[in-house]
Amino acid sequence: MSFVEVQHLQKIYPSQSGENTALSDVSFSIEKGRIFGIIGLSGAGKSTLVRCINLLEKPTDGHVIVDGKDLMALSERELRKVRQNIGMIFQHFNLLQQRNVLDNVCFPLEVAGVKKREARRRAMEYLEAVGLAEKAKAYPVQLSGGQQQRVAIARVLAAEPKLLLCDEATSALDPQTTGSILSLLREINRQYEITMIIITHEMRVIQETCHEVAVLEHGQIAEMGTVTEIFDHPKTEAARRLIYQ
Amino acid sequence: MPDLGLEVLFKGKNAVRLLGGLWIALRISLISVLISIPLGILLGALMTWKNPVMRAILRVYLEFIRIMPQLVLLFLVYFGTTRAFGWDLSGEVASVIVFSLWGTAEMSDLVRGALQSIPVHQYESAAALGMNRVQTYLYIIIPQTIRRLIPLSINLITRMIKTTSLILMIGVVEVLKVAQQIIEANRMASPNAAFGIYLTVFILYFLACWPISLLAKYLEKRWK
Repeated sequence: MSFVEVQHLQKIYPSQSGENTALSDVSFSIEKGRIFGIIGLSGAGKSTLVRCINLLEKPTDGHVIVDGKDLMALSERELRKVRQNIGMIFQHFNLLQQRNVLDNVCFPLEVAGVKKREARRRAMEYLEAVGLAEKAKAYPVQLSGGQQQRVAIARVLAAEPKLLLCDEATSALDPQTTGSILSLLREINRQYEITMIIITHEMRVIQETCHEVAVLEHGQIAEMGTVTEIFDHPKTEAARRLIYQ
Repeated sequence: MPDLGLEVLFKGKNAVRLLGGLWIALRISLISVLISIPLGILLGALMTWKNPVMRAILRVYLEFIRIMPQLVLLFLVYFGTTRAFGWDLSGEVASVIVFSLWGTAEMSDLVRGALQSIPVHQYESAAALGMNRVQTYLYIIIPQTIRRLIPLSINLITRMIKTTSLILMIGVVEVLKVAQQIIEANRMASPNAAFGIYLTVFILYFLACWPISLLAKYLEKRWK
């Protein structure tokens, strides 16, 4: 069985004029250690999809199976436990402004009940991995956007997740910084064998990092395959639009 | 130096009387602040609830208090309650009631604004880290709300202190009323006393409010 299985996922938002279908019949699976990209234009349902994978949004129907566990069947409590194994990074880095870099990375560990010493040791290890060990005592305001995102990545890694969700993680960054964050993600994927799902609207992100890609349009998967396949022979209009944008 | 009639200040107990008046103004505003802040926090939190009935009631309360000039509210409570219910409220009690109603309304709106200004991704980020509701509020939401709230609520406190100058209209002898009495009593001997005494009142208000706004500035800087 694959590491992540998404089966017939459906998300419907109630709205004034009846129902608003954000996702319909989305299915895919990801093998362990692979980087899976989901690309689509704004409003295609990418963010909803990634939020359904760790159940920040509750799907209306379908199954999300991560590491053999059906998340839909878990209680709130068990779900929180599982979420500690599913890291997520956001477009906004969401660092605590009043804490320095090291304390930011330690924070989720402390909440999860890891001893302070152990938390610090792990935090330093991952700050080293993202190349920011010398900034451990700095505060988020003193860092650039790219550095802040690195801290956010160190924070998520410190929890030692098995799956990492990236929701437009590079969309707030300039092209050069985007490049360095992408190579960091590839590096992490190789080194720690973390499975990743990357949501983006930029083809370049997919091109530089992902193994497989799904093209999302109007809440449905228009096309799916390896990155080379989709790039060399895009079959659908949606994929062509994104590639030749 | 033009004659400001400042010598009046040193006649009899005039200076002490002015300070006494200031104390009355400060006491009323401080009591009202102590009542308004917890009530305002409570109502502000209730305003972010989705319950439409609750929201409508709070909205009407807030708008009513905000639209009414404070003076009208003072008259309504001081004279109105006597007429309607036969209550014999002292001017000070009436003032505390009005200022608490007003402070609560303003405070609740500040709290609502601060809570709603916390972006959704803060909640999501906390949930993604596996935090429960209590942890999310305790570690993420409340600290950020308080940080946004403290400068705003301190500003509200200084506004309340300054607005106590209206309560002389319902017969409370606070600093401004004392000043008027002193000026009237010395109208013949020192006709220029109005300048000196009002200047003194200005300085007193300034001394009462300035440290508070300095504190606000300091906190704002510190928590940026």
